[in-house]
Amino acid sequence: MRTRKWVVGSVAIVVSAIVFLIPFAFIILQAAKTPAEASDLAFTLPTKWVIWQNFVEVLQTNNSQILRAFVNSTILTVVSVIIMVVFSAMVGYILQRRRGRMNPVINFFVLAGLIVPPAVVPTIWVLQGLGLFKTMPGMILVEATFGLSFSILLFRAFVATIPKELDEAALIDGAGPLRLFFTVVLPLLRPVVVTVIVVQAVAVFNDFTGPLYFLPGDENSTVQLTLYNFQSLTLSQFNLLFMDILLITIPPLVLYIFFNKQIVGGLTSGAIKG
Amino acid sequence: MSGSTIATPLVEKRKPQRSTSRKMKSPYPSWFYVPAIALYLVFFALPTFASFYFALTRWSLFNVTFIGFDNFIQFFQEPQLYQSFINTLIYGFVTSAAKIVLGLALAMLLTSPIIGRGYLRAVVFFPVLVSTIGIGLTFKSLMNPFHGLINLVLSWFGLPGPGWLTDPNLALLSVASVDIWKGVGIATLIFMAGIVAIPQEYFEAARVDGAGSWKIFRSITLPLSRPATGTVIILSLIGGLRSFDLIWAMTRGGPGFTSDVVASVIYKQYQAGFYGLSTAGNVVLFLVVTLIMVPITRMLNRREVDL
Repeated sequence: MRTRKWVVGSVAIVVSAIVFLIPFAFIILQAAKTPAEASDLAFTLPTKWVIWQNFVEVLQTNNSQILRAFVNSTILTVVSVIIMVVFSAMVGYILQRRRGRMNPVINFFVLAGLIVPPAVVPTIWVLQGLGLFKTMPGMILVEATFGLSFSILLFRAFVATIPKELDEAALIDGAGPLRLFFTVVLPLLRPVVVTVIVVQAVAVFNDFTGPLYFLPGDENSTVQLTLYNFQSLTLSQFNLLFMDILLITIPPLVLYIFFNKQIVGGLTSGAIKG
Repeated sequence: MSGSTIATPLVEKRKPQRSTSRKMKSPYPSWFYVPAIALYLVFFALPTFASFYFALTRWSLFNVTFIGFDNFIQFFQEPQLYQSFINTLIYGFVTSAAKIVLGLALAMLLTSPIIGRGYLRAVVFFPVLVSTIGIGLTFKSLMNPFHGLINLVLSWFGLPGPGWLTDPNLALLSVASVDIWKGVGIATLIFMAGIVAIPQEYFEAARVDGAGSWKIFRSITLPLSRPATGTVIILSLIGGLRSFDLIWAMTRGGPGFTSDVVASVIYKQYQAGFYGLSTAGNVVLFLVVTLIMVPITRMLNRREVDL
């Protein structure tokens, strides 16, 4: 049993390093090479490490488009996730607390929101009608909408674990529904709020299709779009492309290091109860 | 709920008083639904319903003409559009099946007593969180037929490396394999949660009865992690059938249209200005996803009740 533990573990560690770490090592090596060397696409150590120069250069390319893209992506992620959290916590809370005729209908639409692929061109048509096409507010609202269903499911499941007596105590103390929700319930939802924030922030930050359709144009581009532009514009600058990939991998990595538990908890919540 | 016989008269006595006070001021007002419903209606439900109309039109920047089912006829008659429909099904089922098998195997490995479990979990899961486009472009380089690492390694063993993304027969499956690489972590995680939730006594009892590992897997692990299996099937099918970014980053549907899926056709037709045809593609995708997901969800739910 002892030896088996070591043998199987060691084999798994070696295999996982080859399968899962080499692609990331490749990104770092490419990001440290000169343009000529990087365009070979070979998995070799750079003869000359120019990782810092590449970093500086990638930030300056295209009138420092990447910096702007990072600002845009941050605004998009932060605002849309705040909207998602507040709106879907309100729905998940009432949906769990009140057993009404509306519940089956709302549950149906929540599931539909998870399954049905968004109709892209008609969404553009709606955004145009509202004057929100190609604008950050429009993109924020669309991202917030696409994240509602999953967040509602997480909140609904968690509200069930908060005893209803707490609500009643607050009501006896004279709290109205708004105060009850924002000062009593929402603070108690903190663990699931963190989960929703982290999981959805990664999803919005990494979303490519949304900005591709609804937020075209250079001044609004998000980090995922810069990656894509890099690939089409500067075919000979693979070093900068991979530096860009490296840069946009860092935010999810940092989130993962700090919020490992919340991410895992949020993504596996359906595994036990189905 | 529990002491109902004693509580009933009390409740009945208070009933009129309570219902009036509730009507005045429910602690759980329905208007809490309103902000979410407003967003959902405007940015999701309205476009979805509108798509059923626009799919029946010739629609450009300037005008909309009703043309009946012409878009759908075109979609299923033109080989390159029809191919995308078949490819969507292949891609969805290949990636889901592989994620279920590999995810379950990895989950069993990572819940068994071996060294380095924490490291292994982190490494298997991390790709889930990385940008799909970044992963796609990285593997596009690794799969380069002349300089890429994959073919280099194959050549060490004297194997001829194919053009992973340039061979029409391989391109779709190459992209699917990267999708599996990126997504297997979440399947693993879900299966692990399912396996950990199985009471240890079952395994101990089976071992005392002399059951081997295969027997334990067949009669305990597999049936008792069914909710996890259901979640993985549903999540990976929804993701696989709608997949767009990875394919777009790696092949753009090429070579030719051999790795096009419905989602990439939607984008190509949109770019070309054929909004009606693009929306018809959307409706096709909607029907494919719904017709596959609804029976599967039903079946999985029913089986769970039987247990």
